[in-house]
Amino acid sequence: MTLTGLTASSGRTAPRGRPPGRRRGDPATWFLVLPALIPILILSVGPLLYGIVLAFTDAQSGRTRSTQWVGTLNFQDLLHDTLFWESFRIGLLWAVGVTVPQFVLALGLALLLNARLRMRWLARALAIIPWAMPEVVVGIMWRLIYNPDAGILNETLRDLHLGDGRDWLTGLATALPAVILVGVWAGMPQTTVALLAGLQNTPQELHEAAALDGAGAWRRFRTVTWPAIKPVALAISALNFIWNFNSFALVYVLTAGGPGGRTRLPMLFAYEEAFRYGQFGYAAAMGCVMVAVIAVLLAVHLAGRLKGGEET
Amino acid sequence: MNTRTGKAARTGQYAALLCYLLFLALPFLWLVSTAFKPARELGSLHPSWIPENPTLDNFRQAFEEQPLLGAAGNSLTAALCAALITVVIATPMAYVTARHRGRLSRAATGWVVVSQAFPFVLIIIPLFLVLKKLHLINSLAGLILVYVVWSLPFALWMLTGYVRAVPPELEEAAAVDGAGKARTLVSVTAPLLAPGIVATALFAFITAWNEFFFALVLLKTPEKQTLPVVLTHFLGAEGVADLGPLAAAAFLATLPSLVVFALIQRRITGGLAAGAVKD
Repeated sequence: MTLTGLTASSGRTAPRGRPPGRRRGDPATWFLVLPALIPILILSVGPLLYGIVLAFTDAQSGRTRSTQWVGTLNFQDLLHDTLFWESFRIGLLWAVGVTVPQFVLALGLALLLNARLRMRWLARALAIIPWAMPEVVVGIMWRLIYNPDAGILNETLRDLHLGDGRDWLTGLATALPAVILVGVWAGMPQTTVALLAGLQNTPQELHEAAALDGAGAWRRFRTVTWPAIKPVALAISALNFIWNFNSFALVYVLTAGGPGGRTRLPMLFAYEEAFRYGQFGYAAAMGCVMVAVIAVLLAVHLAGRLKGGEET
Repeated sequence: MNTRTGKAARTGQYAALLCYLLFLALPFLWLVSTAFKPARELGSLHPSWIPENPTLDNFRQAFEEQPLLGAAGNSLTAALCAALITVVIATPMAYVTARHRGRLSRAATGWVVVSQAFPFVLIIIPLFLVLKKLHLINSLAGLILVYVVWSLPFALWMLTGYVRAVPPELEEAAAVDGAGKARTLVSVTAPLLAPGIVATALFAFITAWNEFFFALVLLKTPEKQTLPVVLTHFLGAEGVADLGPLAAAAFLATLPSLVVFALIQRRITGGLAAGAVKD
């Protein structure tokens, strides 16, 4: 193992000095890798490249005429498609609106679960529920809760004399916040578990030392806890942001993008464009724009992370 | 020394924890409550948490309204096949990426990360066209193919962690004793990896069991569709829904993944913790 490790690492600096065929052509290695590599290339990398190519064509479903290369026409159209940019804006609002509260709530829960409290096991057991549930079921469940007549939300509000209740998912102003709340609920466990893992790697002695020095809870959190969990926190929030921006099933079930497009996330828009109206090329161009924006955001995020790394 | 403030802090912590417990549990309890309510109570303008006359009618009606059994069968087939194929092809590759830290393992890790960022729509359009050419639209086989590739990144990630946990010295010792490479893998490494492989397979199973987008796009006819897709048929046109059967069917669809997840939750959180450390 050390031998192959050495040759692999020296391979970059001094490729000529490598014993011929020791690593690269090892047939056993390829035999082990190919069963996974071939499907990855054919069904994941291939379609991704094909998808990018499709964005430059006028591909449509169920058409007899052959597909034509149209250059950047789809992208020019997208530029002027106000509905798409509206859905893009909603997608960003939704992604931020879910990721931020999710992170704050999950951090709170992780801190509580890390403290020696009595009902921890129950919280851990319950946290499984949102995680294990199919997104479709989560959507259905919250539609039952938001139901204007038979739902528990309005009934509770009536009991507390907080108004007559309303139809949350079809109200123009309430639909997006209502959907965001569901997103927060559904994704909280993963974030909590990741943060909890980070917390459990925090050296306990540091905490005790800080407490002895008379540091309050907030100072201990800022000086001991946060630096320790910062890498996990940044990684999980970046992933959450991407996942949320690309999400589909939850909102599809809750509102199908309504009312009046108020919750139409980019994925819902692209899905309709591709599989309802058959505009494959155009929808592929949307996918490309989404990938590009995510890549830029990630690059900015990573740059910030590297900078943050220098500080500590 | 500060017992009073300490006590107040404790109370605050328990109050906060209680809020979290309610936030996590109440939505699910409402689903269960709705599933067992007779039609009369569902129509009531003052719904209550606990059904006064609990009934199984909703479950019976759910099975009558939609082909739930067939859909569950489809989901089971797709999820089982996808999980099996995924671990069978991912385990050898995970072994290589864990043991040889060369260009390949770096590429594999990079791909695992990058694949998390794809909007699926960019993948599904070309896949749809390809699967159509192969006559694999509206077939479980096509869906299984997609699921395998879709769960591969995470499976690779989990399995690589499990392989790293097996000390290479054990394999070297077997080699010294004269066991060949294949023999070592089968009789030394595989048994130690088995729990990790099972956990990964179960995770792939749940992912496929819960998946909706690919199934929605690829499966056209009701008798081919999986459970999540069939569940949306209960919602009906214009969002008018028969609440009782809808809740009953949704509750049933959740049970398998809840049970499986309860079994492997510790392993997944453990794997996440390990991944977080390496980050």
